[in-house]
Amino acid sequence: MPDVLIELFSEEIPARMQRRAAEDLRKLVTDGLVDGGLTYAHARAYSTPRRLTLAIEGLSEQSPTLREERKGPKVAAPEKAIEGFLRSTGLTLEQLEQREDKKGAFYLATIEKPGRAAPVILAEVLESAIRNFPWPKSMRWGAGSLRWVRPLHSILCVMTRDDGTEVVPFELDGITAGDTTRGHRFMAPDEIKVTGFEDYAAKLKRAFVVLDAEERAASIAHDIETRAFALGLELVEDSGLLAEVSGLVEWPVVLVGEIEEQFLDLPPEVLQTSMREHQKFFSLRDPKDGRIVRFVTVANRDTADQGATILRGNQKVLAARLADAKFFWENDLRVIANVGLSGMAEGLTNVTFHNKLGSQKARIDRISALAREIAPLVEADPDLAEQAAQIAKADLQSAMVGEFPELQGTMGVYYARAAGLPDAVANACKAHYQPLGPSDDVPSDPISVAVALADKIDTLTGFWAINEKPTGSKDPFALRRAALGVIRLVVTNALRLSLYERAFLALAKHVGHLAAEEDFAPVRPAIEALRGQVNDDVLQAFAAQFEDEKIRARELDKAPTEARPDVALGLSLAQDLLTFLHDRLKVYLRDQGIRHDVIDACLAMPGNDDLTLLVKRARALSELLKTADGPNLLQGFKRANSILTQAEENDGVEYSFGADVKYAETDEEHTLFAALDSAEAAITPAMQAEDFAAAMHAMAGLRAPIDAFFEAVQINTDSQVLRRNRLNLLSRIRTICGGVADFTKLDG
Amino acid sequence: MTPSQTLPWIEALMLESTTKPRSFQEIILRLQAYWAQKGCAILQPYDMEVGAGTFHPATTLRSLGSQPWAAAYVQPSRRPTDGRYGENPNRLQHYYQYQVLIKPSPPDLQELYLGSLRAIGIDDALHDIRFVEDDWESPTLGAWGLGWEVWCDGMEVSQFTYFQQVGGHDCKPVSGELTYGLERLAMYVLGVDHVMEMPFNDPEAPIALSYGDVFRQTEQEYSRWNFDQAETAMLLQHFEDAEAECQRILDAPHDDPTTSKRIIMVHPAYDQCIKASHLFNLLDARGVISVTERQAYIGRVRALAKLCADAFVQTEAGGWAA
Repeated sequence: MPDVLIELFSEEIPARMQRRAAEDLRKLVTDGLVDGGLTYAHARAYSTPRRLTLAIEGLSEQSPTLREERKGPKVAAPEKAIEGFLRSTGLTLEQLEQREDKKGAFYLATIEKPGRAAPVILAEVLESAIRNFPWPKSMRWGAGSLRWVRPLHSILCVMTRDDGTEVVPFELDGITAGDTTRGHRFMAPDEIKVTGFEDYAAKLKRAFVVLDAEERAASIAHDIETRAFALGLELVEDSGLLAEVSGLVEWPVVLVGEIEEQFLDLPPEVLQTSMREHQKFFSLRDPKDGRIVRFVTVANRDTADQGATILRGNQKVLAARLADAKFFWENDLRVIANVGLSGMAEGLTNVTFHNKLGSQKARIDRISALAREIAPLVEADPDLAEQAAQIAKADLQSAMVGEFPELQGTMGVYYARAAGLPDAVANACKAHYQPLGPSDDVPSDPISVAVALADKIDTLTGFWAINEKPTGSKDPFALRRAALGVIRLVVTNALRLSLYERAFLALAKHVGHLAAEEDFAPVRPAIEALRGQVNDDVLQAFAAQFEDEKIRARELDKAPTEARPDVALGLSLAQDLLTFLHDRLKVYLRDQGIRHDVIDACLAMPGNDDLTLLVKRARALSELLKTADGPNLLQGFKRANSILTQAEENDGVEYSFGADVKYAETDEEHTLFAALDSAEAAITPAMQAEDFAAAMHAMAGLRAPIDAFFEAVQINTDSQVLRRNRLNLLSRIRTICGGVADFTKLDG
Repeated sequence: MTPSQTLPWIEALMLESTTKPRSFQEIILRLQAYWAQKGCAILQPYDMEVGAGTFHPATTLRSLGSQPWAAAYVQPSRRPTDGRYGENPNRLQHYYQYQVLIKPSPPDLQELYLGSLRAIGIDDALHDIRFVEDDWESPTLGAWGLGWEVWCDGMEVSQFTYFQQVGGHDCKPVSGELTYGLERLAMYVLGVDHVMEMPFNDPEAPIALSYGDVFRQTEQEYSRWNFDQAETAMLLQHFEDAEAECQRILDAPHDDPTTSKRIIMVHPAYDQCIKASHLFNLLDARGVISVTERQAYIGRVRALAKLCADAFVQTEAGGWAA
């Protein structure tokens, strides 16, 4: 069984693409080999900045011979048909067999496809892999038409057996496969001849190339740690940077450099951003005060001066960058001292947020109003919430964020503090963007929560109003993230609010804004017609909104135009947005191990736009179903429900009232009556207190009596009185369970 | 391209690469000598205001079509928004780029490039030279390519690009483009911290001039004009005029009645395109272009660049054959 070594040697591959590309190479080649009828024992791919490498062990020597039997025309068929069959099979008449079936004699062809040698298959598979490689971006070079991520220089492709190494004959757009590679670009640029993977990896290492990205990363991490320890410092962990840096070097050499004293007072985030984003430096901090005091750069070579020249250069570049950052920092602080944060934010009037949703300033004003409305729900001071929303995005106009956009929010906190604002207001500058993803922290300070929620509701309703919803994999405005943000803010902080109403009101404002030139007078009947679908307060607020618009439109002397059903639009958009939120909630809860049918059973209950209530219910129900009683109770419910539904269908009546204990005959009936009474007595107050766990616990107590009841009692007896009484008794089970969740939606 | 035998006149120019250059001009001269030695035509700067060396017709237009090309040149470049009155150590509104364009891109272009660094005194045995992903795109030229920023000890010293499209046309064959930011590169090689302190000619010349002696005053003058004084109504009008003229000359019939020859006026039209681009930059520096308008202006310049590219491929230099 031969082993195979493939190396595609090119100009520098972007670091972020290397790992994925190595895996793609492995998959494309091994899948192709298997499709071609070969087998292999093991395959592993590697990447460096200049090469993708694949090592396959135990490849079969050739694909098996395949025999295919093909049924032909009848022996008595016209000559033309038989000739056609011979042509299509490539056989002669003598090579055909005759067989009989119930329709008579027919010809049978046995077509043999001989197996093919592994090198032939491998060459085909590799060519197709290279030509169809899924690079995120690829290019042409020179006068050729081949596409690769950067110019491809050479292909190494050898098969190794006990008796030696064979180059797989293979040629692609002028590149002929061989058995040579090259070492480090500067330290060992000459050609190296290899016989197989072991030889290749060992020779590369002697030529200053560490083939395995994991090994490079581990060696970088280890060296940094050793150096940091010796200095009494600690590394600011950064696995993303480590992965990237290990894709920028073939021969990692860790160098620790100093940061000039004059820059050490810059905010640590500024230091880190300059160092990380632009220079790919790691940061070392002093464990005593958390300040960043050293940088680490990873060079790609050894030098005679132990990296002194390299370090000096890097230090100089960093100093120039930090001098810029210091200039921005001092400049921004000066602006704040002169005109305050609100002065800094003034320019946002001229910054477009989205051409259909107005300027950043307009957006900030909407968020401020919304934050004020939400504030009481989260026990925040409405004035402070509004103030926080007004300045939360001021740093977008700062010189520092202009240069380092990734510091938005972070700088806001520093600048708000510098402007003398209270911490709770300042912190909202950063926290209102949060949570930024499923694992990011959720703000808990009331003011931050109010602004964060307002920001996300404004974003969602705004894009809903202009019909820019996410579709498939396209979500350019990160609305799924915003929706998950709303969910996590509400659930983590146990906030109680009707998202439907909030969404509806915010949408009304957007729709009103978008349609400011229209006449809203004819909207009133539509509002009346829809009364009852949402509560009166909401409708009144909505009506007032349109009344304002109407007055404004009149003042502007706009001619009234055709009426539009704005309210209906607002309502349907709000419902649509709520469905979107529910879909995201399902994903969120599923990740926490709550089954989709449990969520559906809870979504079917009233108040499902109160996510805290919804989640509490779902968690309690999920817990119940994990106990032994849960699934049995569910069976009992289902049985009761199906008997009852059938009886109600047959009889054309609803059995929902009047089960009387005096008609109880058996002990089991008596016990069930008593159990239902006590369960109801426990469940009703528990539900009023929204203590779903207690309600579920009380319900679980019904399991044994229900089981015993079905075991002992025949529902459909001759006595109509007894039958009706028992059906009404079953109805109590249905009512009690149905008051907690829609059990019919549960699986099992 | 394979290095040919050193020509005698170049040999005289080529300095020992082990010695460090001593001035800004020496770095330029060494690059000129190096690329001349590698067979490039050493062209002169284009005589119009441009934002980067790429705008020189020797790059933009010559990267189109099938004709082989190899040129190198210094291009004074202007970025009005980068003006800092000559005070920032690294930023200038007027600076120099060194530009190399070879079509088709030779297989050893990276090696040729590294040779040019050695020629200006960057010894790769002591320095850490890296090719870091950087995809180049010029929205105003409707051009893009893939390549790298080249880092020397963590500093970007060049842009290295394989052109894929220019003016909306696929580049076939592909050109390899090298762009050196001369001031930054020279400051690094000469060990200078502030651009104005950099020796322009030899520091031991009888009249030694620093970069500041040559350019400090002009940086101040242009910064003031760019940011505060340039007459925006006039600039806007010039923009409109340049746009109209570019379109008009390209619309003219290809057959010239005076000579009875087929003469497409691509270069005059492209001059107007460059002009429009620079006027846009000036307007931008004056802060009179809003975020939404910005895209529209860039789109208008791109449309001109595309018209010029469309016209160029119909000319002889663009590979057109009657």
